[in-house]
Amino acid sequence: MRTLFDEQLNLLHTSMVSMGTLCEDAIAMAAKALEEKDTALAEKVPALAGQIDRKEREIESLCMRLLLTQQPVASDLRVISAALKMVTDLERIGNQSADIAEIVQTRALLMSMRSDTVHDMALAVIKMVNDSIDAFLHANAEEAGAVIQYDDVVDRCFDTVKSELVDRLKSDASCREDVVDILMIAKYLERIGDHAVNVAKWALFSLTGEWEE
Amino acid sequence: MQAIIQTEHLNLWYGEHQALHDINMEIGANRITALIGPSGCGKTTFLKTINRMSDLVPNCRIEGSVQYNGKDIFAKDVDVTQLRTKIGMVFQKANPFPMSIYDNIAYGPRLQGIRSRAELDEIVEISLKNAAIWDETKDRLKKSALSLSGGQQQRLCIARSLAVRPDVLLMDEPTSALDPISTGKIEELALALKQNYTIVMVTHNMQQAARISDQTAFFLLGELIECGDTETLFSTPQDNRTEAYITGRFG
Repeated sequence: MRTLFDEQLNLLHTSMVSMGTLCEDAIAMAAKALEEKDTALAEKVPALAGQIDRKEREIESLCMRLLLTQQPVASDLRVISAALKMVTDLERIGNQSADIAEIVQTRALLMSMRSDTVHDMALAVIKMVNDSIDAFLHANAEEAGAVIQYDDVVDRCFDTVKSELVDRLKSDASCREDVVDILMIAKYLERIGDHAVNVAKWALFSLTGEWEE
Repeated sequence: MQAIIQTEHLNLWYGEHQALHDINMEIGANRITALIGPSGCGKTTFLKTINRMSDLVPNCRIEGSVQYNGKDIFAKDVDVTQLRTKIGMVFQKANPFPMSIYDNIAYGPRLQGIRSRAELDEIVEISLKNAAIWDETKDRLKKSALSLSGGQQQRLCIARSLAVRPDVLLMDEPTSALDPISTGKIEELALALKQNYTIVMVTHNMQQAARISDQTAFFLLGELIECGDTETLFSTPQDNRTEAYITGRFG
């Protein structure tokens, strides 16, 4: 009796998965461009961020249509409102990946420094984005909780990068531009981790109706 | 929440068929309580039990208690007519008497022995005003109530219930036969009336229950499955059967 509605909810879920995948790709591409000083690759990230923006609007409009036509309640209402909030965080992740790519585009070839910790951060936030969407898709509270916990790893990485950079500055003042750029990139990754935490919290909300502070 | 009506272990049979199973529920004063559930789930039976209209059904047997203001409504010394004055009822289909608008409203007060024209005039005006239909009827009080539209007739019936100064209004799907505009008027009326009255409303319209009620009770197969704050029930129902019903997975 609610076949159409269930089909539309499935479409919402698959759209969320595609948006999550686009975000993971954007972070991975920006990180790889940084790692390999590949400015051509970095140039492709803004286009990906554009796709993420379009996906956001598409999902928003699907959610609005569902609110209007199905007047959802209970778990349906929670899932749809969670999705509406999640896409905002995912859109930010797309933009921040493009911000990283922009630094790579303009500065990569001049950089003499590299940081393994930044690379680890990128891997960690990609995992967080993936797992938070997965938690939403499979209504898995445990997985969502794990993403929230995992943010500590990213925060610790950020602190490590910061102290590595400070040490570097002390010994070699000529690398200060690199230091600023790498610090910015690390900060963007740290913010991406925070957005992934929000996505996980909305996944939890879709299950419990409560927002965890 | 201060309960005006309270049921304890309420069971009801129509002959061999048990229509209500062990209902324990509190209805808060000056609140709107919505009763929802699929057809035949017992919500209208429950509504009619509150003012002892179920008594009118042959072979009806009731166990357990229903208390109104702390007093058992099935006690021997209860005057049923008096009880139905205090706990009025508005039906699914508006049922104005085939007489003038004025006489419809004055009917109850006259039965109560009020004869003074001035007093009746005042009751008619106040009741029609409280039911938000005075402006539409004040110039044609002597016209037949049957000349009113469906939505107006339903508000007239609410005014008629108000004329005998009840505490509680029971409404059995009061808007199911009305268009959206008339429905909106009844809903706004219910929200305004809860300042002074307690309203218990059976509705099949989930959005209506969510829009106007403070408390919602979900009935299924004669059982009260879940009863609680409306916003909570419609956002995070506790029972899987409530979730399945309100999201349209059955019923």
